[in-house]
Amino acid sequence: MSRHRVKAVSYDEGDYDEYDDGYDSQDPEEKEFLEECIRQVHSQLAAGIPSVSASREEVQEALWHYYNDVEKSVNYLRGKKAKEAETKKKKPATVPTVKAKEITVPGYLFPPAAISLQPAHFSASDFFRDSPWLNIPAHRKADIVVEPLYPRLGLLGGAPESAGGKMSKLAALAAARKKREGDKAPTPSSATGDNTQPSVGDSKESSMSLRERLVTRRAKQPDSSPSLRGLGKQPSSGQPVSPKKSSPESTPPVLSPATGLKDIANIEHTELKEEPPTVDIRASPSTFAVTIVGSDTRSKMTEPSHLYTNTLELIKIYGQDLAEPFDFAGPSPDDVVFNAQSSAKGFKSKQAASKPQGDKKDQSGLAGDMGNLSVIEKVNVKSKNLDVLSEYKKAKRKNAMNFVVIGHVDAGKSTLMGRLLADLEAVDQRTLDKYRREAEKIGKGSFALAWVLDQGSEERARGVTIDIATSKFETENTVFTIVDSPGHRDFVPNMIAGASQADFAVLVIDSSIGNYESGLKGQTKEHALLVRSMGVQKIIVAVNKMDMVQWDKDRFEEIEQQVSAFLTTAGFQAKNISFVPCSGISGDNITRRSEDPNVSWYAGGTLVQELEATEPYSHALDKPLRMTIGDVFRGSIQHPLSISGRIDAGSLQIGDQIYTMPSGETATIRSLEVDGELNEWAVAGQNVVLNLANIDPIHLRSGDVVCHASAPITNISSFTCKVLAFDHLLPSMVDVHRGRLHVPGRISRLVATLDKGSGNVLKKKPKIVPPGAVARVVVEMDHAVPLEAPTRIVLRAGGDTIAAGLLE
Amino acid sequence: MRLVKNKIEYDGAGSVTLIPEEPEDMWHAYNLIVPGDLLYATAIRRVTTIGTTGSTSSSRVRLTLEIRVKKLDFDPQNSQLHVSGQIMNETPHTKIGQHHTLDLELNRQFTLEKGSGLDNEGSGWDSVAVEALKDAVDEGGNRRAEAVAVIMQEGLAHICFIGQHRTILKQKIEMSVPRKRVGGSDHDKTMTKFYQTTLDTLLRHLEFNTSATSMSTSDPVRPVLLASPGFTATSFQKHIQSVANTSTPALKCLLPSIVVVHSASGYLHSLTEVLQSPTVKALLSDTKHARETKLMDDFNEQLRKETNKATYGPREVEYAVEQGAVGRGGGVLIISNRLFRAQDVAERKRWVTLVDRVRDVEGGEVRVLSSEHESGRRLDGFGGIAALLTFPINDEDVGEDSD
Repeated sequence: MSRHRVKAVSYDEGDYDEYDDGYDSQDPEEKEFLEECIRQVHSQLAAGIPSVSASREEVQEALWHYYNDVEKSVNYLRGKKAKEAETKKKKPATVPTVKAKEITVPGYLFPPAAISLQPAHFSASDFFRDSPWLNIPAHRKADIVVEPLYPRLGLLGGAPESAGGKMSKLAALAAARKKREGDKAPTPSSATGDNTQPSVGDSKESSMSLRERLVTRRAKQPDSSPSLRGLGKQPSSGQPVSPKKSSPESTPPVLSPATGLKDIANIEHTELKEEPPTVDIRASPSTFAVTIVGSDTRSKMTEPSHLYTNTLELIKIYGQDLAEPFDFAGPSPDDVVFNAQSSAKGFKSKQAASKPQGDKKDQSGLAGDMGNLSVIEKVNVKSKNLDVLSEYKKAKRKNAMNFVVIGHVDAGKSTLMGRLLADLEAVDQRTLDKYRREAEKIGKGSFALAWVLDQGSEERARGVTIDIATSKFETENTVFTIVDSPGHRDFVPNMIAGASQADFAVLVIDSSIGNYESGLKGQTKEHALLVRSMGVQKIIVAVNKMDMVQWDKDRFEEIEQQVSAFLTTAGFQAKNISFVPCSGISGDNITRRSEDPNVSWYAGGTLVQELEATEPYSHALDKPLRMTIGDVFRGSIQHPLSISGRIDAGSLQIGDQIYTMPSGETATIRSLEVDGELNEWAVAGQNVVLNLANIDPIHLRSGDVVCHASAPITNISSFTCKVLAFDHLLPSMVDVHRGRLHVPGRISRLVATLDKGSGNVLKKKPKIVPPGAVARVVVEMDHAVPLEAPTRIVLRAGGDTIAAGLLE
Repeated sequence: MRLVKNKIEYDGAGSVTLIPEEPEDMWHAYNLIVPGDLLYATAIRRVTTIGTTGSTSSSRVRLTLEIRVKKLDFDPQNSQLHVSGQIMNETPHTKIGQHHTLDLELNRQFTLEKGSGLDNEGSGWDSVAVEALKDAVDEGGNRRAEAVAVIMQEGLAHICFIGQHRTILKQKIEMSVPRKRVGGSDHDKTMTKFYQTTLDTLLRHLEFNTSATSMSTSDPVRPVLLASPGFTATSFQKHIQSVANTSTPALKCLLPSIVVVHSASGYLHSLTEVLQSPTVKALLSDTKHARETKLMDDFNEQLRKETNKATYGPREVEYAVEQGAVGRGGGVLIISNRLFRAQDVAERKRWVTLVDRVRDVEGGEVRVLSSEHESGRRLDGFGGIAALLTFPINDEDVGEDSD
């Protein structure tokens, strides 16, 4: 198949060039020779018995096909004219049915005559004639639409092509020629009545097949041929490329203003303009042309129409030898037509956005052969082709928000969240009791609440959160997803993964004497800086373990003052910082106001109230799909391979083909869950579990990026980024973090230090970047990873965060 | 490497005969041999003879060839050195000027001859080459300090051999480990699998005999360093213990040599941190790499504290040396031996001259770091050359020259 594809592409390009050449300058010798041949044919035709008159175009065509063999051309033309005369008689009766057909199949834009007139002549060979061309766009990208070719196929009824198709090009040409002789006779007559049109109508030809051109030409021949006679200049060389030249030549003068023939849009415009005159003459607006121009249905994409026009031109020019590459293993022609029709009907009813996909599937059904080029679906998951965005707008959902819980190790993050979940009854009492019993058994009674989120056996044994855990709970108008992150410095990479999923953050601070101070030096600070540099704007500070300091107001105020000073320098706006004194272990000021008399000084809201006061965030729903894989796991027996993560941008739905980068593999979404519930689609900002099919798990790793093939993310091995240095930056080894993505790299160059406010270059090629400075650095990685600007990245070295910034 | 014969003249010309004894010696040879040198070693060459009737027969003959080195190719994984060049001596089977690639073999001597370095033939036995030779022919015998390090994190492990002069990454193990989930035990299961895979791979690279009979053999076992953030390394150690107690008792003799250290991540560059840890320093008798690592740390520290009293990058360091800042009283030139391996003789001369100047004229210290070591890699990040200066130099103007 690839052979054909290659050929197609080269013709594609060559075609344009030839087109131009032929138009502007013609080899005078060729012209002369052609003129002479035409004269000879005409004279012979006239001399013969019965005397036949043929248009110049017809003669040219014939000559071309017979490689300027005058005698054969004469014979052919004579035979053709005879048949033409016969078929003309049949015509009137059939025309009405055509009209009817056209109406019943609105998706199809058949030039009316052909399909109804020649049902008997419809053959597999004819149908498949165009298939390779069909395939090109299909194979290229999902968004290329080739659908309207079906009807065209249908209309080109003709005698079957006995040639097997697998032969040399020349042989194929000969076979095709033979076939043409057979099927030419019927076609002309069909068109004569129906397609009668002034020479203006010819402009349309540029996007019709050769055969159609013949049809129309014959139709207008009686009246228009004399006027066209003067036009005749046709290349006559027998080289295989010469056919291309014939197309500009046969294009009537109307088209000549549009000299920039390369510019397809231009052609289309011309066509559009010239459509009206044909309308009143024909019974209906030339639906075929509408199909070609018919960008109304697929106006979203400019590409398809471009390719589309293209394809047609090629078909027109290479009409004959298209039969060659096709094997006839596919369904019978009638089936094909039927399929095409029914699919078209179904397709019409669908929404515009979903067209390409539905269409593609039909194709792959049509010919197994084509399956190689189009996207294969081993496990067929029917896409419902929903317009996800409108579905999303329709869906009445509560606001959904993610927040990350950060803080120094042992600040009580997990316990606080466990308490929150327990009090909001997101966890049932029985489970809690079980945890309590088990925790007490190993002498860690106070960890029972943390066990709600710390599910790992090691986490429980050690009493330390290692990896992020997500859990959700609902309040009256919001669904919150908790991302509980580890506080231990060794697990900061995991915390980064968690923070990348968050809309806002809850910073938990241990208020007890000593622990607060050590925390502030440790991860309290690092985490706060990290979440800020990852784009989190709002932060709620939960001053935990207040019961340990007897709800000391002074202590709270001291902490509030110090932390807010620090957070402000870290870049949080004062209005986006709020403080809540609370106790995770007792549950005071979390879901309920504390009844402790010592807390009477506190007038603010509880933690949950503060959470609810947070504004929902909007996400980039209409951007291309991006989702960082957080986890790859075996979901269940039905879903042997699942991935989870949060959609960063865009949307997806069941049946979508997704690309995973950096592996570049495709997969099909078999089903998906949004926040633990089955759904048919998901949009940016939601936490999803995708159950995949048609991919080997080896290609999936956490940190990979899921995207659509239409807008894939690229893998890069080096990038420039603007970073805020937390530590001295030197050319050195670093770990690059972006959400779950964690790869080794090195700062290869310090490009410049920048002014914090304006971003102007302060110093080029600094030897070292001091902490707190903004710098532009180049980072190189050993392996290419999917990253694109603007992405927030974090650079770490030796277990410390040394810089965070934005990819450029 | 054993030095068999040493005939180095004062003018830098002369030859040495060496016998490489262990794989690391190939690395030394790689650093010693420079394009333009004459190398005399045994080789196997396929010789095709054409009979009088035109029939051809080919046979492999062992020859001693002398070649003028043109190119070196070192395979760090297998420690193999391929030296290609033109044949200089005539043998019954070869002609002068034919090309040949010599594969240096262990325990087979070779003779390396360098020109005086005055003409354009090679660089001669310059100070750096002599230094490298001394390094290679280490008579002290305390060079067996080798360790195996496994640097890991969840789902990722790097097994590397730390030699005296280089660190070889033997294998990287990567496994997708599902995260913890409510009600899922996949995480623990996969982690066990991951530990087992890592252990199997490690034993394979150690060429460790796991059969029960090997218990009695008293082969010295190299120290095995397990490093990871968090608890991965500890869990791995526990896993090895449990395997030793259950299925593979032979592993018990490995257990005492296992040391668990902390590292910031599971990537190879965390090795720096591993080598810096006190336990490891105490464990490895030879402290060459520890010294090198410390040197790099000092350099970084200097750069942080007194930015102008340290510099890096070829042009900057050359400028500093010119100013006399790399001299007595703390001036240290740190240079990667990658620079001396330059294919271009002039390039090598540039660096040798710089080294000689610092050492002999300025009186500063010169430290040549192995580019195959972690510290050398760090140095390569700085352009392969750095210097600690005796007085601050503002090299702004140098930077502008280069623009």
